[in-house]
Amino acid sequence: MSQLAMKPNAGFGPAADIERLQIEDFLFHEADLLDRWRLPEWLDLFTETAVYHVPPTDIPAEASPDTNLFYIADDRFRLGERVKRLMKRTAHAEYPHSRTRRLITNVMITDRGADGLGVTCNFAVFRTKDGASVTFFGQAIYRLVIRQGSLLIDNKRIVLDTPGLREQGRLSIIL
Amino acid sequence: MTHNEPLLRSEPSTNTFKVSRQAFIDPSILKRERERIFAACWLYLGHDSEIEKPGDFVTRSVGGRSIIFARDREGKARALLNSCPHRGAQVCRERSGNAKSFQCFYHGWVFGVDGQLRNQPGEDSYGKKFKSDSDSNMHQVPRFESYRGFNFICFDPDVVPLVDYLGNAREYLDLICDQSIEGLTVIGGMQEYAINANWKLLVENSIDGYHAMSTHATYLDYLKGTTGGLANMGLVGVGRDLGGGHAVIEYTAPWGRPVAQHIPMWGEDGKRELAVIRQKLEAQYGSERAERIAIKNRNLLIFPNLIVNDIMALTIRTFYPITESRMHVNAWAAGPREESEWARKYRLFNFLEFLGPGGFATPDDVEALEHCQRGYSTANELRWNDISKGMNREIPAMDDEEQMRAFWRHWNSLISANVTQGAAA
Ligand code: FES
Ligand SMILES: [Fe+2]
Repeated sequence: MSQLAMKPNAGFGPAADIERLQIEDFLFHEADLLDRWRLPEWLDLFTETAVYHVPPTDIPAEASPDTNLFYIADDRFRLGERVKRLMKRTAHAEYPHSRTRRLITNVMITDRGADGLGVTCNFAVFRTKDGASVTFFGQAIYRLVIRQGSLLIDNKRIVLDTPGLREQGRLSIIL
Repeated sequence: MTHNEPLLRSEPSTNTFKVSRQAFIDPSILKRERERIFAACWLYLGHDSEIEKPGDFVTRSVGGRSIIFARDREGKARALLNSCPHRGAQVCRERSGNAKSFQCFYHGWVFGVDGQLRNQPGEDSYGKKFKSDSDSNMHQVPRFESYRGFNFICFDPDVVPLVDYLGNAREYLDLICDQSIEGLTVIGGMQEYAINANWKLLVENSIDGYHAMSTHATYLDYLKGTTGGLANMGLVGVGRDLGGGHAVIEYTAPWGRPVAQHIPMWGEDGKRELAVIRQKLEAQYGSERAERIAIKNRNLLIFPNLIVNDIMALTIRTFYPITESRMHVNAWAAGPREESEWARKYRLFNFLEFLGPGGFATPDDVEALEHCQRGYSTANELRWNDISKGMNREIPAMDDEEQMRAFWRHWNSLISANVTQGAAA
């Protein structure tokens, strides 16, 4: 697929035809946008109904944010507000922006539906700010959908394997 | 470092209140805090609702000690030291669950959920009285009492009863608990994070009404920019010294409160829902108290390290020094047991908007505290923090610093007293 290099989420046919390599390209592209702090473009990878969830680590990974306290439970509106906030100088926790580097591996397509697919991958995100570095690691669980030929994220859930955020302190970047 | 120099300078006649920056960086002060505060004051352990059924337990670190908070088979709540009376292994290695008994895996001693030794391999190698000797059981924390579902422990057997210790703070805990007719429950999921700063910086920050405009500019932008995100309510109120190091700020604020201040964003459904909650509160407590419960926000400090913030959501937060420049923080959300699915959902949504290590506000607090701690690298030259805001006023406002002075006065009376033990009495 030649247009992939230009716009890694465009030009997609039915979900049944998608191959893992295309998903990897998409996830690498997403990681790259985040590492470059191109957050408004990153937000364009999400559907209008998308959610972004980071549950705490003392309850089951599939728990609902309607009945449990999460670290992050954004609907699409609040995710947009998160991006707006992080692009401001007054988002003190991320000013100056921390440097991050993401490793995405073990990408698997877990199911295929009529208009989308389930994907999981392992991640490590390294973050440096003010002379100190921390690592976030775990599994990312995605629901991806195809809308007018574009591959988009409808659901992204970050399952941390760490004891909460004891080592990292806080979650002021996007994972 | 010797402390010939005072840690606190309070001169009401000149409106002066200064705290030595040594209080945040000197390891010998942390050592004294461990002896005179964390081994001597009542510390929050957990909420009744976390161990509802017989056999339920959670393990957590309180005051640097590993503790099991459990409900025994008879339904009695217990606080056990999580260390085997045999040779010391941590007996319970799970975070939470339901147990018929606890077994230490090292040599296999088995204890009831009440801590009683039930059996051990090779019983015939021990003396006849061994099993009936209370030293053979898991040890109970020296003092364990509760107030309205909030369970506290103390490692000093001679501490005053919890109700007396809470003193004037009870009025505010009551207001917070009274928002539920059936009782509060802690909601599933616990936020565990850390801050590279002295623990007392979070005490100050949790009851600091002065920093919002500057530190939380992006949160306030967000509220303003969100259609219907604001109630027509100013950020106005008072700061109070409750005695014993406890303190509170109580104020109105423009954000929505699930109990019970409506914002247009919550729509007609939300409005109806909140009206019903309000009616119930009025029927129960009369309109004046109902109004105070519903509309007023409270950031309550129970000395030394329990924060109960009844704000855009209800949070219970406690934190402990790991070193003089690092702390661990635990935070929970609580809400009325009887609350509808709708209200619970909005409560949690509201909580995360502001609070917690992934919220729109708390990370900026954390950044501020960490930069205070870094700033104290100059403490030899720049020796004092100023905490005098509002000393010139008869009734200090919520954005003054009287509530912090209350903490520091009591802290100083414990830490600077020239005694080696029993300072917290
Ligand atoms: S240390 Fe627990 S049985 Fe020996
Ligand atoms: Fe704050």
